[in-house]
Parts: sequence; C-alpha cells; structure tokens
Amino acid sequence: MTEHHQHHIKLPEGSIEKQTTTLNMGPTHPATHGVFQNIMELDGERIVSAEQTVGYIHRAFEKLAERRPLNQVTPITDRLNYCSSPINNMGWHLTCEKLLGVQTPKRVDYLRIIIMELARIADHLICNSIMGVDTGAYTGFMYIMQYRELIYEIYEEVCGSRLTTNIGRIGGFERDFSNTAFTKLEKFLKEYPAALRELENLFTRNRIFMDRTIGAGPISAERALNYGFTGPNLRAAGVDYDVRVHTPYSSYEDFDFKVPVGTTGDSYDRFLVRNGEMWESLSIINQAYQKVQGFKGTDADVYHADVPEYYLPKKEDVYTKMEALIWHFKIVMGEVEMPKGEVYSAVEGGNGELGFYLISDGGRTPFRLHFRRPSFIYYQAYSELVVGGMLSDAIVVMSSLNLIAGELDA
Amino acid sequence: MALTNEHVQQRLSEKFGTIVSNFEEPYGMLSFEVEKDQNLKVLQFLHDEADLGFQFLTDLCAVNYPDQVGRELAVVYHLHSLKDNLRIRFKVFAPVAQPDVFTATKLYSAANWMERETYDFFGVNFVGHPNLKRILNVDEMDYFPLRKEFPLEDQTRIDKDDQMFGRG
Repeated sequence: MTEHHQHHIKLPEGSIEKQTTTLNMGPTHPATHGVFQNIMELDGERIVSAEQTVGYIHRAFEKLAERRPLNQVTPITDRLNYCSSPINNMGWHLTCEKLLGVQTPKRVDYLRIIIMELARIADHLICNSIMGVDTGAYTGFMYIMQYRELIYEIYEEVCGSRLTTNIGRIGGFERDFSNTAFTKLEKFLKEYPAALRELENLFTRNRIFMDRTIGAGPISAERALNYGFTGPNLRAAGVDYDVRVHTPYSSYEDFDFKVPVGTTGDSYDRFLVRNGEMWESLSIINQAYQKVQGFKGTDADVYHADVPEYYLPKKEDVYTKMEALIWHFKIVMGEVEMPKGEVYSAVEGGNGELGFYLISDGGRTPFRLHFRRPSFIYYQAYSELVVGGMLSDAIVVMSSLNLIAGELDA
Repeated sequence: MALTNEHVQQRLSEKFGTIVSNFEEPYGMLSFEVEKDQNLKVLQFLHDEADLGFQFLTDLCAVNYPDQVGRELAVVYHLHSLKDNLRIRFKVFAPVAQPDVFTATKLYSAANWMERETYDFFGVNFVGHPNLKRILNVDEMDYFPLRKEFPLEDQTRIDKDDQMFGRG
C-alpha cells in the first residue's frame, strides 16, 4: 500500500487483519424499539461479543425530584416505563402513602388495581405483538393496537391523558370514575378476550414464531436471580416471584390469581408468561370491578383518603373555607413539610419490581429519591443472552425482554 | 421458622460484633450500618448462610450527606431473601475525599451496572469493579452530579436570556 492511499483512508489499526465485523445496532435502529446502542462483534452472523451503551435519554429524574414536592414527582414517574405509566404513578403514590402513613379506603385500592392491571395488559400486549413484528408478523401488532386504544380511552376518561397519565393523587384519585369510564371498561372486558385469543392463535403454536423464539436467549433461574431479573423475565426462568403476591400492596391480597411461570427462560417462555399474565390481569380486573360494584351507600362514592396535607380540597371549599384555602395554597406552592424517614416501596411494574427508595429529611422535597428500574437492571444481562447466537436472534431477544428506554435511563 | 428481623440482627451481631451497628426498623425494614471495609464479608455471610439466604440484590445506590464530615457518601444495599420474603437494607459510609468501597460484582452480577450508575452520579470508587466507567452521563463529564454540592438551577433567577426560550 502506498503512502498516498494511507493518506486518504485512515483505517483503525489492525482492522485489515481483523476477522470479525463490528456492527452498531442503535441508538436509532428500528429493531431496538428505543434509544440504546449495541456494539456487536460478528463472525459471519454469529455474535462474538456485544456491548450495550445506554443513557441517550437520561433526564436526571433523581436530581429533579430533589427540588420537587411529592405531588410534582408523579409526572416524572410517567416517563419511566411509558408503556405502563399508571403503574409507575401508583407505585409512587403508594411510596408517599407509606412514608406519610396514609390508609387508603378499599374502593380506592380496587379502582387502582383496575387501572394498574389495564396498564399491565397495555404493556404486555405491546411487547408480545412487537415480538411478532420482529419475527415477521406485522398484522398482530397493527390489529391489537385497537385494544390498547380502548385502554387509553379509559385512562382518558379517568385522568384526561393517555400516555403520560399522571393518574391519581396521594390518597386516591383526583375525581371519581365517571359512568362513561365504567362503560368503556365493560366494553374492553367484553371485547378484549376474543382479540387476545386471536393473538394467541396467531403466535402461540405458530411454527415460524416457535422456531424463531424457542431457545433464543435463554437464561437459567440462578443466573436470572444473580442478574437481578424480576417480573415476567424472571418468571419465564421458573421463579415465581411476583411483588403482588410476596408483598401485597393496594389490597392485592383480596384477589385470586395465578402467577404464570416458564421453565427455560428463553424468548418463547417470556412470550408465554406475558400472555398468561394478560389473562390473569383480565380476571383481576373482573374481580375488582365486581368488588367496586359491591359498594353501597356512601362507600360507593369514596375515591380518596382524607389527606388534607396532600390532597387538593374541593374548589368550592377553597372559595368558602379558610382551612381549605390554606391547604390549597400550601399544596400548590409545595410548602408542606413531610415527616422524616426512609422508605423503600415496590410495585410489580410491567417489567418487574419497580422500586422507589425515598429519603426524607423532614423538608418539603425528597432528600434523595432512587428508582429501582427493572429494565436497567436486567439489560446488563443482554450480552450474556445473545453471545454465541445469531444476529437475528439478538433482535428477538431484545424485544422479548421488553426494554423501555425511558426506564433504562431515568 | 420464618426469617425475622430479630434473627438476622442476632446472627449478624454474633458473627460481626461491632462491625455492624445502628440497627433500626424504619417502616418495618431492618436497616443497619456496616464498617466500610467489611461490606463484602457481610454480603457474603448474608448470601451464603442457609438460614439467611439474601441472594437477591434488589438495589444498590448512594446518598450524599454533605454535613457528616468524613462520612459524606453512603452506599445503600437493599437485599431480599426470596425464600423467606424478607427485605433488609444496610449502608456503608465513605469519606468524599477518598470514596473507596469494595465492589459486589463478584457476588451479584446485577451489581455491575448499579455500581457504574453509583459511580457516575456520586463518584464512589468501587474497588475491583471490572468496568468502572460512566454509564448514563457522557464520558467527558468531570463531576458527579447527584452530589449535593451541585444544586439545581435557582428557579427565580432573572439573568437568563428569554429569547432562548421563545419568550420576550
């Protein structure tokens, strides 16, 4: 090679001799479904090594939270796992309620469970249908979006927004569920099972889908636990750990449901576990709706606990009563001192144990808030899952893990 | 017999004496403090003993207490014994001038990124970590943003150019 050539093409040292190919997948690749990067070394189509880079949408939520009163942190939690924002919101409210020692009425608990389980269905149906897209079946994804739309309409009816919901308040909901909300819930409960069955027919025993997913990215129960896996990804490996069962919150102990588990921890098992969970969520919502309908008299109108320090008073009271005016002002201006304490509280999010570690030094804002984000924790296992496999498997494995960039980066 | 906070505390005190201290139970979770250089021994003990079985690392993060001189940084471990469904928490304090804490990556693969995140935001130097570099922030960053010495912007400041924000 002449000097002239070297002047024009500057190759990294050793790149001519190198026998492998470097492939950058992401940060904006259609198959990553989010903003994160994988740098893979390929020998042909086989993956020799993989390194993940995250942080492209890091928004410093933990720092921001240190300047916000508790109620202003809720919109931040929306943006963690944005496929199931309501679960994050509820998890945050439950953390605050634990710190403040608030007891929520049963009706509030059940309404919350309805919303959380709807969010779980919305989360899982995206993940499972996206797995279809990544294995070459686009139809299921397009078709099932209609039913996510039904869920979003229920959110809209309850809180006014769809994706980043900011749903509920510390102590309960900002307003009672309207009749329209219940009508829409009934419509969803009636129509969704048939659609889910169709989705199952499309994938569960589909030869192509099975060939693509069985054995792709398996993980043993021991490794999964060591890697801090939680949620469907851990249960697919055969460990029946579910926060809803182990540390019941929001009265999950009143419900009868199964925890689906897999055996091999591969992509197919992850699909099956999520699929099973959607059926269980449907059953939980049905039970919760029945319980909500069972409330009579004044109990049937309860939609929040009595927490004057954090729950905005009624507007007509603000105009006519001194205490209500004072509380309104203090809440809006974030001038409520919270009790000193340290609390860890977790909910079963769409991807696993979503934990909130909140330290209060008695001030008006958290002294420290840390989010235990399941996606961030299990994504580090990705290279172990895909190395040795084919590149096309790596894409299926990624979508079966249900990585959400917002939750990765916080 | 189900595992209880008292049992964990008793076992730890028997084994480690004054290395573990300040036992508390805020909101029902057993919390204590461990001497900085003994964190791995305590983790290993909690992990290996058959009656304890804290084999699940739920969370690892840090807290900055600027007022505690010589103990400014706390690394907080949340452990879970899945078998008996008991959670515990312990803290290790390190001086901000030399925040060296032994890494838990050998024991828990999950600790890898959690420690990188903690390093990224608080500058805790996890001794023995296989790949201790920034994870969420850019590599060129030369400070540790979640330390309390970096306050968020004063929201009442008036020296900002409003045109930059589409105002004025």
